[in-house]
Amino acid sequence: MSEQATPLWEVFIRARNGMSHRHAGSVHAADAEMALQAARDVYTRRGEGLSIWVVPSAAIIANDPDEKGEMFEPTASKIYRHPTFYELPDEVANM
Amino acid sequence: MYTQALNNPAVEAGVEDEEKLAAFQARIDREEKIEPNDWMPAAYRKTLVRQISQHAHSEVVGMLPEGNWVTRAPSLKRKAILLAKIQDEGGHGLYLYSAAETLGVSREELVDQLLSGKAKYSSIFNYPTLNWADVGAVGWLVDGAAIMNQIPLCRCSFGPYSRAMIRICKEESFHQRQGYDLLVAMMKGTAEQQEMVQDAVNRLWWPALMMFGPSDKDSKHSADSMKWKIKRFTNDELRQKFVDATVPQAKVLGISLPDPDLKLNEETGHWEHGEPDWDEFYNTIKGNGICNKQRMKDRIKAHEDGAWVREAAQAYAAKQAAKKSAA
Ligand SMILES: [Fe+2]
Ligand SMILES: [Fe+2]
Ligand SMILES: [Fe+2]
Repeated sequence: MSEQATPLWEVFIRARNGMSHRHAGSVHAADAEMALQAARDVYTRRGEGLSIWVVPSAAIIANDPDEKGEMFEPTASKIYRHPTFYELPDEVANM
Repeated sequence: MYTQALNNPAVEAGVEDEEKLAAFQARIDREEKIEPNDWMPAAYRKTLVRQISQHAHSEVVGMLPEGNWVTRAPSLKRKAILLAKIQDEGGHGLYLYSAAETLGVSREELVDQLLSGKAKYSSIFNYPTLNWADVGAVGWLVDGAAIMNQIPLCRCSFGPYSRAMIRICKEESFHQRQGYDLLVAMMKGTAEQQEMVQDAVNRLWWPALMMFGPSDKDSKHSADSMKWKIKRFTNDELRQKFVDATVPQAKVLGISLPDPDLKLNEETGHWEHGEPDWDEFYNTIKGNGICNKQRMKDRIKAHEDGAWVREAAQAYAAKQAAKKSAA
């Protein structure tokens, strides 16, 4: 017997207004509405959230971890992007 | 910053449900954040779309006066710094456009409003950057004024705007410090370089003060924005904070500020200052500033010159999708 796999959904929860949604985990569900209900039951049983997003896991595009060197290297060499790169006179140092 | 709130007043003709309005205001009064899917009055939405998109446009147009100096930066170090700073401003525009889009307007609409001249952006970016010290003065004064404006916006009642502002504020310190650092370096230079610094400050001081918008007695948006906790301080309050913070920094730098009325009020501890030339301000907002036409021309050209790139990218994506579905 070959049963069709139930689609996977990633779950994002906003703990309270003002915060952004954060990844909480995933659920399996046949459609979006069931995914929302499953996410509520799995991830917010103790008032962990006020808002839930579910996104088909297949829709998430991630960078290749093996290529993270090339991906993020350019940022490491640009130390002048940080405020601490600049030594200002003591009187204005907290600028 | 860059939220001089200068378009026509957002008075809504539609009638809102009184109960909903009261519940909404109660949430605001409790310091609850409003999120995109929450109910909100149409005027609140409209005010935010206008303010956030004006802010976004300002970040984007703001790249132009600094971009003017990239190819003529005096060293590789200063050039790399300037490029990084301009890149941040482009990023700020994108954070803000995406916050505005949560309110139900499209990116295309917003860009179109800018390019058609329907939307405003901050008056400050209609001034030219005439000498290399202007790059430093922009970082110190323009980003400095922006920081004063943006810090209270981190507590704005609309969640996506407040989160965008938190992200932006984290990056602004570098902007102001690199500008001040550049000016300090020039002040250690020749008499001519010192004069360049003074010249830049003389030209940019008043336009920087105008960034906070009209004086409170002439500001048409403040009351609603304060009630909705989009704004936390009035234009004049923010302007005063900026002057108080900046006068001592000018002293350390060793330059004067071009305001004969500037004096410390010993009792209040505040620096009293003269009035900006509001005619010049309104004239610039209306499109008649020194660089308005050039800025719009440059933005339109950049947008039109980029059209083939957007088209090619879409065509490529469509081709890849067709290949995939055929396979
Ligand atoms: Fe800004
Ligand atoms: Fe910015
Ligand atoms: Fe900036």
